[in-house]
Amino acid sequence: MPETGAERPELLQALAALSGRVPAGLLEGAVEDGELRVRLGNEALIPALRLLKDEHGFSFFEDMAVFDNLGQAGEGGRRFTVVYRLYMFPGARRARLAVDVGEEESLPSAVPVYRAADWAEREAFDMFGVRFDGHPGLRRIYMPDDFEGHPLRKDFPLAGRTGGV
Amino acid sequence: MAFNEIELNMGPQHPSTHGVLRLKLAVDNEVVVRVEPVLGYLHRGMEKLWESLTYVQVVPLTDRLDYLASLSNNLAYVLTVEKLAGIEVPRRARYIRIVLAELQRLASHLAWAGFMANDIGAMSVLLYGFEAREEILDLFEAYCGARLTVHGIRIGGVVQDLDAALVSRIRTVLSRIPKRLADIRALLDENRIWKERTVGIGPITAADAIDLGLTGPALRASGVAWDMRKDVPYSSYDEIDFEVPLGRNGDCYDRYLVRLEEICQSIRIVGQALDGLPEGEHMAKVPRALRIPPAEAYHAIEAPKGVLGFTIRSNGTDKPERVKMRSPSFVNLQSLEHMCVGCLFPDVVGILGSLDIVLGEIDK
Amino acid sequence: MTPFVADVLIPVGKIVAVILYPMVMVVVMIWLERRVVALMQGRLGPNRVGFQGVLQPVADAVKLFFKEDIIQRQADRLLFNISPLLVMASSLLAFCFVPLGEPIRIGTYTLTLWIAESPVGLLIVLGLSSISVFGVIFGGWASNSKYPLMGALRSVVQVLSYEIPTGLTVLTVAFLARSMDLVEIVRRQESSGVWYGFLMPVSFIVFWISAVAETNRAPFDLPEAESELVAGYHTEYSGMKFAYFYMAEYAHMVLVSSLVVILFFGGWLPPFPGVRALDFLDVVPGFVWYLVKIMFFLYLYVWMRATFPRYRFDSLIRLVWKWLIPLAFVNFLVVALVRYLR
Repeated sequence: MPETGAERPELLQALAALSGRVPAGLLEGAVEDGELRVRLGNEALIPALRLLKDEHGFSFFEDMAVFDNLGQAGEGGRRFTVVYRLYMFPGARRARLAVDVGEEESLPSAVPVYRAADWAEREAFDMFGVRFDGHPGLRRIYMPDDFEGHPLRKDFPLAGRTGGV
Repeated sequence: MAFNEIELNMGPQHPSTHGVLRLKLAVDNEVVVRVEPVLGYLHRGMEKLWESLTYVQVVPLTDRLDYLASLSNNLAYVLTVEKLAGIEVPRRARYIRIVLAELQRLASHLAWAGFMANDIGAMSVLLYGFEAREEILDLFEAYCGARLTVHGIRIGGVVQDLDAALVSRIRTVLSRIPKRLADIRALLDENRIWKERTVGIGPITAADAIDLGLTGPALRASGVAWDMRKDVPYSSYDEIDFEVPLGRNGDCYDRYLVRLEEICQSIRIVGQALDGLPEGEHMAKVPRALRIPPAEAYHAIEAPKGVLGFTIRSNGTDKPERVKMRSPSFVNLQSLEHMCVGCLFPDVVGILGSLDIVLGEIDK
Repeated sequence: MTPFVADVLIPVGKIVAVILYPMVMVVVMIWLERRVVALMQGRLGPNRVGFQGVLQPVADAVKLFFKEDIIQRQADRLLFNISPLLVMASSLLAFCFVPLGEPIRIGTYTLTLWIAESPVGLLIVLGLSSISVFGVIFGGWASNSKYPLMGALRSVVQVLSYEIPTGLTVLTVAFLARSMDLVEIVRRQESSGVWYGFLMPVSFIVFWISAVAETNRAPFDLPEAESELVAGYHTEYSGMKFAYFYMAEYAHMVLVSSLVVILFFGGWLPPFPGVRALDFLDVVPGFVWYLVKIMFFLYLYVWMRATFPRYRFDSLIRLVWKWLIPLAFVNFLVVALVRYLR
């Protein structure tokens, strides 16, 4: 069922707190569709996650998705967008944090804040090649260890590549 | 590897790993020191595949994720697409979806009960569970022709209407399940061998469970009352009256009890949905070639295994730009190590059984 | 009756019988187990090969016979090869001392229904059946692989631990019968009128539980649990060698059932011997009663397998050391005291 677009005071509070904690890193922020949506800079990611977890009750790391922006304009100009989804229950409060990261860059690992991010980051690394600094053991999770390439990238062919395992 | 540790390998072919899962265990004198799951044996590149198929073509493929509860996967995906495209589903279709989803939950939990009991040695329960599940699969076959990979829930509604004959058949099947459940409970609930194998085994506290991302019956067994059907109701679940069973200790026994209780609740939900089935269409008017302007949406449901979510990003064409699936078994499996450390080697099998994972969902 | 017949033919015939009897019982057991377990689980079980599937064990044997006999390169060949033989031989040897009934008169010749009778027959049977432990250790060790090794170690600890309550309960029977001769024990039960199983139910129950554990059967079958160790100590065995392990387990079950029947349920004695109304049953030979009773216990074995979950290894060991052994000990003291006071 589609969620109502009503804004919720606790989410607005969280947004205000975020802009207070990481004023430089908060590139965009709004409360839309009943969820808190922000775009962050690289360095602001971990402080923002900590703030939301410790002080605003977003105790649950729901999902992490990576998007490959190859060939598309906008979204900060960097190759990948990593979207973190946080959740708090009861009350159905959701937060969506988007961070852009380029091919050669890396993001700080969210594992010290949420242990649930462990395998999600390994999957992101395996499928897209996004690196996470501080991850307790970043290695491939689906593909064989000696596989070359990152399958979910837009320039990786659907039928796969021969060579490697 | 310490001096007195043996490294044992369970799987990928193993009678109890519920699919092609490989577990690297380090065991010190029967006590498990380290558990490292190795995944990828069933990786089929689903998310990549989906980017080259239309939104409608993706639906049958979602069946193959959690293949023991295919309608749940359909529901999660379809709800996300409808959110993205702004499609309003008729009320009758929503109720039929409730019926189908809860029947699927019954089938999934019955299969789980059989597998977990079989792993711990009570072989007969496997067959009791499957006998009950067979009747539900026959219902699915009568509904739309498929038993396992059903994809009866489509974008905009459900594939067929429920006629009176099928409704009465569903009620008959539902009336038989409590007896089967009673058989299983009589064999296991108070059995001292069963309790020795499950009580106090693989405990996880509520705080750890939340931090590790555990969802579903395993989380509720630790006392956390989170059920997506109550928290963010979808498909008219807010019009149905049901309870969410909770456990206390978060051990295997509580996870077992919670799922059995959920079977009872599911029977109740289906009964209510059938009683209150509104008139109307079973499918909304959805354009043949569904093109969705660029947007992004996320929707999560309470699948039998946990919180199942889809993130879909559209790009204006009839094919999705990116589909990301939040797989409950994938995240639940992360807590296996936490639960297993310090237990004995035979308990790994029991804990894995109580987690209820499906490799199709984990490996995509 | 010429000396040749009496001294050569008949003993050879008995030896053949002693080998055939457990083998036939094994064949029956294979069929019984699969059919009964299936019916208890709501399915049919093998019912195609022969009438009601009776020839299924034959089909299994033929299949196993034709399977490739695989031995790993790193396996210890000698131990690997003799372990199935050890397990099988120990059960068969023990059968030499198990009596099947009272001696039969054929003309002037008395045919004894056993190969050997010994004043310490009970001890010999228990000792011989324990040799199978060696087969298990050798099999697990020689397979040179972790799973069989762990299975073998567990099996050894289990068998050795459960020997103790076995011995203690068997001692109570020997106490009452004032003899360790198996034939004497049955005759004592005849003369005392009440079978020892009813006189000392605790002994019987402890002995039965220990017996099930000794034979590595459910719910004590962790050493060979499929879902946990693949197949325990006989994981690496294929073909005829595996068939030997398989058959030896059933032969051991038959041996244990025979022991239970002899020690606690009157062996070949008919039930209710004094009741007039049942006199028509006197035509039934003792051997048939014996078989009926054994079949009941074999059925009980199968029933337990279909019903119970498996004990975890440490629970198993805790059960025997904390409960069964003290119980058996106390039981023995009580029996001794009662005997003394009489």
